[in-house]
Amino acid sequence: MSAYIIRRLLQSVIILLIMTLIVFFAMRLLPGDPLVIFMGQQASSGSMSQEQMESLRHEFGLDKPIIVQYFNWMGGLFHGDLGTSIYYHEDVGKLLAQRFPITLHLGLLAFIISNVVGILLGLLAAVRRGTWIDSVSTTIANIGITIPQFWLGILLIYTLGLRFGWLPIYGYTSPFEDFWLNTRQIIMPVICLAITGMAYTARQMRSSMLEVIQQDYIRTAWSKGLRERSVILKHALKNSLIPVITLMGIGLGMVFGGAVLIETVFAIPGVGRLLVASVFAQDYQVVQSGTLVIAFIIIMSNIIVDISYGWLDPRIRYG
Amino acid sequence: MAELLRVNDLETQFKTESGVVKAVDGVSYYIDEQDIVGLVGESGCGKSVSQLSVMQLINPPGKIIGGQIIFEGKDLLKYPQHGPEMRSIRGAKIAMIFQEPMTSLNPVLSIGQQLTEMLVLHLKMNHEAARQRAIELMGMIGIPAPEKRIDDYPHHFSGGMRQRVMIAMGLSCNPRILIADEPTTALDVTTQAQLLELMKDMVQRFRASLVIVTHNLGVVARYARRIYIMYAGRIVESGPTKDIFGTPRHPYTMGLLKSIPRLDEEEGRKLVPIEGLPPNLINMPPTCAFLPRCSWKIDRCYKDPWPGLTPVNGNHFIRCYADTREKKN
Amino acid sequence: MAKKEKTSTGDGSTDTGFLEAPPRANEWRRFSRVFFQRKLVVFGLVVLALLIICAIFAPWLAPYDPYVGNLGDSLAQPSWKYLLGTDIQGRDTLSRLIFGARTALIVGFGTTIAAAIAGTVLGLVAGYFGGIINMVIMRAMDTLMGFPMLLLALLISAVLGSGIQNVIIALAVATLPGYARVMHGLTLSVRENDYILAERAMGANNRRIMANHILPNTLPPMIVLVTLQLGSIILAEAGLSFLGIGIKPPGAAWGSMVYDGYRFLLSSPILSFAPGLAIMLVVFAFNMVGDGLRDALDPRLRGII
Repeated sequence: MSAYIIRRLLQSVIILLIMTLIVFFAMRLLPGDPLVIFMGQQASSGSMSQEQMESLRHEFGLDKPIIVQYFNWMGGLFHGDLGTSIYYHEDVGKLLAQRFPITLHLGLLAFIISNVVGILLGLLAAVRRGTWIDSVSTTIANIGITIPQFWLGILLIYTLGLRFGWLPIYGYTSPFEDFWLNTRQIIMPVICLAITGMAYTARQMRSSMLEVIQQDYIRTAWSKGLRERSVILKHALKNSLIPVITLMGIGLGMVFGGAVLIETVFAIPGVGRLLVASVFAQDYQVVQSGTLVIAFIIIMSNIIVDISYGWLDPRIRYG
Repeated sequence: MAELLRVNDLETQFKTESGVVKAVDGVSYYIDEQDIVGLVGESGCGKSVSQLSVMQLINPPGKIIGGQIIFEGKDLLKYPQHGPEMRSIRGAKIAMIFQEPMTSLNPVLSIGQQLTEMLVLHLKMNHEAARQRAIELMGMIGIPAPEKRIDDYPHHFSGGMRQRVMIAMGLSCNPRILIADEPTTALDVTTQAQLLELMKDMVQRFRASLVIVTHNLGVVARYARRIYIMYAGRIVESGPTKDIFGTPRHPYTMGLLKSIPRLDEEEGRKLVPIEGLPPNLINMPPTCAFLPRCSWKIDRCYKDPWPGLTPVNGNHFIRCYADTREKKN
Repeated sequence: MAKKEKTSTGDGSTDTGFLEAPPRANEWRRFSRVFFQRKLVVFGLVVLALLIICAIFAPWLAPYDPYVGNLGDSLAQPSWKYLLGTDIQGRDTLSRLIFGARTALIVGFGTTIAAAIAGTVLGLVAGYFGGIINMVIMRAMDTLMGFPMLLLALLISAVLGSGIQNVIIALAVATLPGYARVMHGLTLSVRENDYILAERAMGANNRRIMANHILPNTLPPMIVLVTLQLGSIILAEAGLSFLGIGIKPPGAAWGSMVYDGYRFLLSSPILSFAPGLAIMLVVFAFNMVGDGLRDALDPRLRGII
């Protein structure tokens, strides 16, 4: 089992390295003078003299060969220097540190809810196949995979926020400052974030549970006189979760993708919104570092997913 | 020995796109205490379905539509399929083991878990006691160092070993009847012999009855006391093993025996297969189902419906109009 | 499937014969029967047909110019004049919806074709040549797949800029790993068998093997993959234009229409609702048709793809 984990970790390191290469060189592909990109509009408006620009170029290390630039940048990363944002005039690391907890708060909540609800829905639909429970559950799942998350957000804002005034329609206050307000603020965004993942999970759970129920070992379990609860929860569940866990890895990525949209709709100061604003402001340092951090998180979560395979399926542990 | 189980006119059907399949079409048999009974027939004749019906493990599109299953004085078919009565019978009073050892055990649970859950459920043992008993059972079925292997998973065992575990599971709660559905079909010949010997020993040790369902007459020849031959959903011949092998009387049985090689006959005898193919069980005519393949048929077979089981000699019954004592070809 | 027929003749002989496997025509009939069985699938087809009609005949179907509006009629409520109201610039929502169908289809199919071609080539190459090439390509695919589609598209658009071609490229990069994986798997399974043969025969047959043996087998899973992905692509494109990347106003894209309407949610909710509903319907239609295709082509694929 540990050999398996080590192998996965090594692979992930390689993937991360490839990511840094892609990100680094993608930014360098942009047309124009990199110094302009680094310094933003200041440099291009001609308000700086040639010498100033040359000295800045030297300061940023942009006159060195590109390989050296790459290693300098990587070195900086390891020291926690993620660059400086042109737009916000702040250290990127600090910006990210401010916003990540917010995105994680929403994202993790949505992730947990989507998986728990999704597994439950899928299980019910499979075990009570053909009944009204199945129809309701499948309908909810179908809505979940077709509805645009941002549109759902707008719908919810309109009904629950504007029309009925039950929930605040934007913003995020720290839960440590005002827990109740924070809870009311995050209900709608979390629903929007969770719905797509929940739908995919429910669908996958239903179909893998349906398949597992047909297996011989389930027939054996019935023949032993076990009650339905034991057969489903003890014998069938573990087996049917295996493909669902794969989805969980993708699910976390989906939550990050959704965060970009939802944070925009609900004006939440998270990493998603930061990324979008930075893309528009051409604030490439932020885009670069933000991408890497997200990539790191996603890759790490994929490893966790892979490891949990081993816990679920003993056949893999020794493979 | 007293009678343990009596099945009367069991009928089980399956609804398919092309029509209704009468998998079990009026089957009656009985099992005594400490009996060993063989249920023989080719694929599709209804033998497995009949036993699944006894356990009420038939799911839609299948349905038991008629008959009685009298066990310990009560008709099991009066109990609901998922009700507590049937649950207390399955595994505890009547147990079943299946054909495919590779897929009949849950791959994500350890052998110990799968053994102990029955002991805890039916015999109300606590976990420690159940675990000890499970180790004992594993030793009985011939697994070396069972205390070390009890937490192993099914994929750590070979097919033969897994089937032995199934036998242990089946007998773990001291059932009155153990039904073995094609227990050896998926195994190689040597393992087959070992397994059958083990089953016989275990069943004797636990004083249970054994039903062996198989398509292979050779498997039941040695161990079964009585044999039922099934064809197209009905029993066509039944009787003591000696009679079935020594003086078979139904054309199907005779055909079966002619197609098996035997050690005690002269070399060079040609194996004679039964011509034709098993019937389509949808929309069966009321006449004898074996008619198209039979060498003994008489005029009556074309006109009258399939006869009932009639005795030919003591406990030996057949379902046939013809007098098959004259040899044909 | 072969059928068994049994006839009982009077003299005791049996005529059991296997009929020949049914000809191709019957396979189409079976396909149609299964495919059109579910009402939802038919509904999906109808919606798709509507979508295509709107896209092709937009200039004739749309009552008004979608790009230039009548400022005097700004933010009009739904009425007989403007069936779905107008936006802040006085542009008719219905006309913009109809023209938005064009964007959706162009992006949807453009992305799919680009991704399918690129993914197929990559998967084939990786599977066929094996070794380092295989490892590099498939690791890259794994990396891509681990990334959320929207995020990836956002970042690529950051590099490439806005505009419909760049959206297509960005989305194609995000979706091509799926195709690459399918091709890779199929190539591997065929390569094991035919490679030895190819070595014995003329060396130049490599390309022929790939074209004649591998490609035809890929059709069913590819078709299913396409229909499955189309829904996600449309959603992603809507998200991108909602954020303001890709097609910007006055261009007509449903996602950006939702964004524009957001500001006027209280007074003219229809501005956001209508395009969102359109997105949902189209995605639903693609999913239903995809499900139907999957069931009709091979029910075994259910839950696997």
